[in-house]
Amino acid sequence: MKSAVIVFPGLNRDRDMIAALTKVSGTAPTTVWHQDADLPNVDLIVIPGGFSYGDYLRCGAIAARSPIMDKVRAHAERGGKVLGVCNGFQILIEAGLLPGALMRNTSLKFVCREVKLEVVNADTDFTRGYTKGEVFRCPVAHHDGNYFADGDTLARLEGEGRVAFRYAEGTNPNGSLNDIAGIFNEGKNVLGLMPHPENLIEAAHGGDDGRALFSGLLGKAA
Amino acid sequence: MTLRNDIEITAELVAEHGLKPDEYSKILELIGRVPTYTELGIFSAMWNEHCSYKSSKKWLKTLPTTGPRVIQGPGENAGVVDIGDGQAIVFKMESHNHPSFIEPYQGAATGVGGILRDVFTMGARPVAAMNALRFGAPDHEKTRHLVSGVVAGVGGYGNAFGVPTVGGEVEFDERYNGNNLVNAFAAGLADTDKIFYSKAEGVGLPVVYLGAKTGRDGVGGATMASAEFGDDIEEKRPTVQVGDPFTEKRLLEACLELMQTGAVIAIQDMGAAGLTCSAVEMGAKGDLGIELDLDKVPVREAQMTAYEMMLSESQERMLMVLHPEKEAAARAVFEKWELDFATVGKTTDDLRFRVMWQGEEVANLPIKELGDEAPEYDRPWIAPTAPAPLAVTDVPQMDVADALLKLVGGHQVASRRWVYEQYDTLIQGNSLQRPGGDAGVIRVEGHETKGLAFSSDVTPRYCEADPYEGGKQAVAECWRNLTATGAEPLAATDNLNFGNPERPEIMGQIVHAIKGIGEACLALDFPIVSGNVSLYNETNGRGILPTPTIGGVGLLPDWNQMARIGFAAANEVILLVGAPANRGTHLGQSIYLRDLFGRKDGPAPHVDLAHERRTGDFVRKLIRSGIATACHDLSDGGLGVALAEMAMASGIGATVTDLTDQNPVLQYFGEDQGRYLVTVNLDPQGEALADLWKEAETLGIFAPWIGTTGGMDLVLGSARALPVADLKAAHEGWFPSYMDGVAA
Repeated sequence: MKSAVIVFPGLNRDRDMIAALTKVSGTAPTTVWHQDADLPNVDLIVIPGGFSYGDYLRCGAIAARSPIMDKVRAHAERGGKVLGVCNGFQILIEAGLLPGALMRNTSLKFVCREVKLEVVNADTDFTRGYTKGEVFRCPVAHHDGNYFADGDTLARLEGEGRVAFRYAEGTNPNGSLNDIAGIFNEGKNVLGLMPHPENLIEAAHGGDDGRALFSGLLGKAA
Repeated sequence: MTLRNDIEITAELVAEHGLKPDEYSKILELIGRVPTYTELGIFSAMWNEHCSYKSSKKWLKTLPTTGPRVIQGPGENAGVVDIGDGQAIVFKMESHNHPSFIEPYQGAATGVGGILRDVFTMGARPVAAMNALRFGAPDHEKTRHLVSGVVAGVGGYGNAFGVPTVGGEVEFDERYNGNNLVNAFAAGLADTDKIFYSKAEGVGLPVVYLGAKTGRDGVGGATMASAEFGDDIEEKRPTVQVGDPFTEKRLLEACLELMQTGAVIAIQDMGAAGLTCSAVEMGAKGDLGIELDLDKVPVREAQMTAYEMMLSESQERMLMVLHPEKEAAARAVFEKWELDFATVGKTTDDLRFRVMWQGEEVANLPIKELGDEAPEYDRPWIAPTAPAPLAVTDVPQMDVADALLKLVGGHQVASRRWVYEQYDTLIQGNSLQRPGGDAGVIRVEGHETKGLAFSSDVTPRYCEADPYEGGKQAVAECWRNLTATGAEPLAATDNLNFGNPERPEIMGQIVHAIKGIGEACLALDFPIVSGNVSLYNETNGRGILPTPTIGGVGLLPDWNQMARIGFAAANEVILLVGAPANRGTHLGQSIYLRDLFGRKDGPAPHVDLAHERRTGDFVRKLIRSGIATACHDLSDGGLGVALAEMAMASGIGATVTDLTDQNPVLQYFGEDQGRYLVTVNLDPQGEALADLWKEAETLGIFAPWIGTTGGMDLVLGSARALPVADLKAAHEGWFPSYMDGVAA
């Protein structure tokens, strides 16, 4: 399994993501600096969380217009897998790789807590480690995770099995429409989600509910 | 020599710079002429209370600051303590009180930014943060606004920077109505052989400016922070700096990358009094002069004067002395991170601090004297008088269950979830215990079993009643909280917040509190390795409660043997370790009296340091040997509140038997010190527990079996059973409803 993590200035969960990928797969991902000319030849590109460009202008907006994102787009068009977590999700949306928008949380406050996620579609490379309908624990830590899309888009996402995860048991922390926590692109080779499965993969984290996302994914691509 | 001297130095101008007439005379004597305007600014920056510790230095010197693990004590950007395996923990706590009251979001944000910079300046990657916040009375008109702004500011900076906030304090008291306190703590990990210091070495070497550009923000900030507030407070907003965590995060990565190249000889962050303090410090420590050319300083706006550049407190800036042959490599690192890099001066051998601006020399001062000759005062002080003891019969009665429910749902004890959920508490993936327990705990990355515990503590109402006992208690409480996780307390940082030291009764508080802190640190082998003093926390002549905050760090050799506060299981024996014969006796200055009866009388509880040490060492042993299944120290609200907190953290209830010959109020709400609740999974009649008691007895520690865990209710003796769910609802309810404008 080969993966790479893209680092933009201001991202700060890159180390968490690299640690998770390394611990689960046994191999460290390649780190790609945003100014690098090319992506390495890997199966999975990960854009981790943080505050790229300080969240200035709009979360993810500046990073999304960085030249490396053209390479990410090309990788996705070839069917390569792309995972964006938190700010990475925001960047994928801003780059047009995923539909909709992530607005400010309805509380207008940053929120860091554990939520419950329901696996809505387990029939993808990203979610095959889980079973459909399974509810698992996962932390969130964000200020702008309130997913919004127009009615048609929402209907398509729901109808095409493109909702990956939903906040469950009344734990929606941000006011997302349809309790959406993560979505796929049409080809289901691009996943964006707000929660941080990389922060719940081992006993020291108080559980390993997030591990199945990486083990399912990395196992397939190996 | 002609010095630019456009502005005439008048007595008013000197006073506006916070310099007293005798201090100005000293300046004249030192340099043998009238200072230039820029020089006057430099003196005011170096000689104000914030930078020079002129009122407290005499007393700070008495604190124990050394120990077998201490690599660097006070005097650098942060303290450095050995944690074994070639690693060190680098930490400090610093106040940002005045700015946070004037502009809560930016004041708090830049407080966090400043302390993080202190830590990574020494070569450490920040791994944990805490914040001790104190606000005015909940019903004061400004309190909600300040809470909301300060908490958002702390989160806004720390979350974006990427450090987990693992602990802290939030407290309310009317005495903070006009001066809230924001004490920010940060800790970082470094290799012991790669610690960086501020002492410059070598003549003719480049002095390099790094990071963000210099603007006009914060000009005169340190001087502002060394004065009392009056009614003109709103006019001081322009002296507050604006933070940019994005730049700070890049500065962190760039500095750590640069340090690996071996280019750095000396490094100093630009904090209070910016360029002035950092340049003087680097030169004076290395017995070198410094020459600065201000025309090379990257600026945000045109036409800045030398005075403004020297006093700007723009954030996210660093000054370094570099090896000249590595300058190009260093520049490349900073260009990669898109940060400014400019050679702005050089080290010299003449011990002068020279500042050039537009081709002219605008300052030329003796560099050593700027720091070393700062005024030092032995200010007059009067010993505080302790309040009279309460009469033995003076125990105001309330139903124990009612009282507990009120305290648990009151502003002092209520859950701080509303606050800490706005902080990223788990970034970096190493948080083992997040806020809500006795201490925050992280694992040491790259090590199989090692963990570090962090706690911040002080009980200002005890300090007000008795600064000496209060000072002792702040240290003991911190040491106790670290111990309650199973950690060995290593060292501490102190953040001393007081009123105007020119008033003898305030100076008396400072003197006594430091005495208490020193004695406790000595008795508990818990040296002070860094710290900060914030004085003049007064508005219109009324001071804050004396608040010497202690931030401590402890080491867990194996975090698998770590205690948490929640009951672990039902049917376990609850021991009250360190109890007096009657379990609880001391009601003076308790929250039972204050919050239920509006009484602030009686003496502060006494801390018996020898007993404290024995008890803590015994409890730590119980945790590390795996006998203790949960542990919690007793503090605000005594036994009743501690039991409730253990039950709420786990959802498991408990039944406690009353002592029949002691007033239940004293038993459950007395705030006697040096006590822990420990649960053990042992047969109450068995040999193992008998052995435990035998050992405790040998050590002179009383550890009675007071009850048993289990059920859904907390039952305190003959009081009515309280469902844990009801306690939890009260506990979780206060903060959100207060912030929504319902509770007060």
